[in-house]
Amino acid sequence: MDRTTHNETLRQREIDLQALFLSGLKGHEADYGRFLRELSTHLRGFLRVRLVRQPAEIEDLLQEILLAVHNGRQTYRVDQPLTAWVFAIARYKLADFFRSRSRHDGLTDSIDDTDELFAEPCLEPAQASRDLDKLLEALPDKQRLPIMHVKLEGLSVAETALRTGLSESAVKIGVHRGLKALAALIRGK
Amino acid sequence: MNTDDLISMLATGVEPVDPGAVARRFSLAILIAAVAALLMILLGFGVRADLASVAMTPIFWAKIAFPLCLMVGALLMVTRLARPGMSVGGGRLWVGLGVAAIWIGALYGLAVAPPDTRLAMILGKTWKVCAINITLLSIPGFIAVFWALRGLAPTRLRLAGACGGLLASALATLAYCLHCPEMDVPFWGTWYLLGMLVPTLFGAALGPRWLRW
Repeated sequence: MDRTTHNETLRQREIDLQALFLSGLKGHEADYGRFLRELSTHLRGFLRVRLVRQPAEIEDLLQEILLAVHNGRQTYRVDQPLTAWVFAIARYKLADFFRSRSRHDGLTDSIDDTDELFAEPCLEPAQASRDLDKLLEALPDKQRLPIMHVKLEGLSVAETALRTGLSESAVKIGVHRGLKALAALIRGK
Repeated sequence: MNTDDLISMLATGVEPVDPGAVARRFSLAILIAAVAALLMILLGFGVRADLASVAMTPIFWAKIAFPLCLMVGALLMVTRLARPGMSVGGGRLWVGLGVAAIWIGALYGLAVAPPDTRLAMILGKTWKVCAINITLLSIPGFIAVFWALRGLAPTRLRLAGACGGLLASALATLAYCLHCPEMDVPFWGTWYLLGMLVPTLFGAALGPRWLRW
């Protein structure tokens, strides 16, 4: 592909993804879902190149990064390129992955080229070896129940509050803290 | 759970995000740090007796300006480092200029002073306790700033920890100015700086462990 059209494609992807993400930050569910789905294809391609020797870890790490993007979404600043923000998170999680397995030889590939993040989408998901459902069950009730009702069954916060006897703000806090706790459980494994 | 399920779980019922979340977190941390350091000064160390009269002199405000300058710099840096993909930014200029100014002032002060008083200007009367007091005063702020950082997403943990430590200790030094009787620039350039350096190094050491997410 010609270099300028390639750059043009990357720029367009940045613009499209940012629009979806910003709409998601305002609470627009469908746009946010589309953002995460598109992002996951790019991240999968990005990870596949970096984890040539550990292909079995790709899907686990992808899920960890998606959860990190979600939990950290309040730290995105509108004037910042979305690519740079996502890339910094992916790179941080990748470095953490290598460090915790102390396999620094995997880092011989450069992980510094931001442009590459959106370059090679990979649509085909592999099987994740980590079972998030099991980890969810390990959460305390005041986090697990809000996540179950709001995030998995799609009930509203008000309905969940009625059903669990928690206040509406406790439900929201439970979801928020629960997803952070889930990320901590993943990290602790 | 496969990745598609995770994505629909994350997207379902997603709450709008408050755009001022980062600023609010740091405002709260700074408020806690300032109140705690002030209380420690008022109830523990005591306010210097001549504060009202010394507050009318320009040199007292020069003394305040030094930690204030470093605090602004540390705050600018740490609020950027709390976000993935952000550089350190212009905050390091504030820190660099603040330190440079105090050192130029200190060297000038020493140069024009009679040689036999120079050591006394550096040591003052409280050199043994100054850095320790500042470090003690910054403990509540240190915890508050690290709490703020832990809820965000710093990716350069050592640097973020160091800037967090500097922010806490610069605030502590500001409060300490209400107590500390020393009025020689070489003293500030040595012991205040050392007092701020200790929590900064602690922050750098603890950052990778405490801020990991």
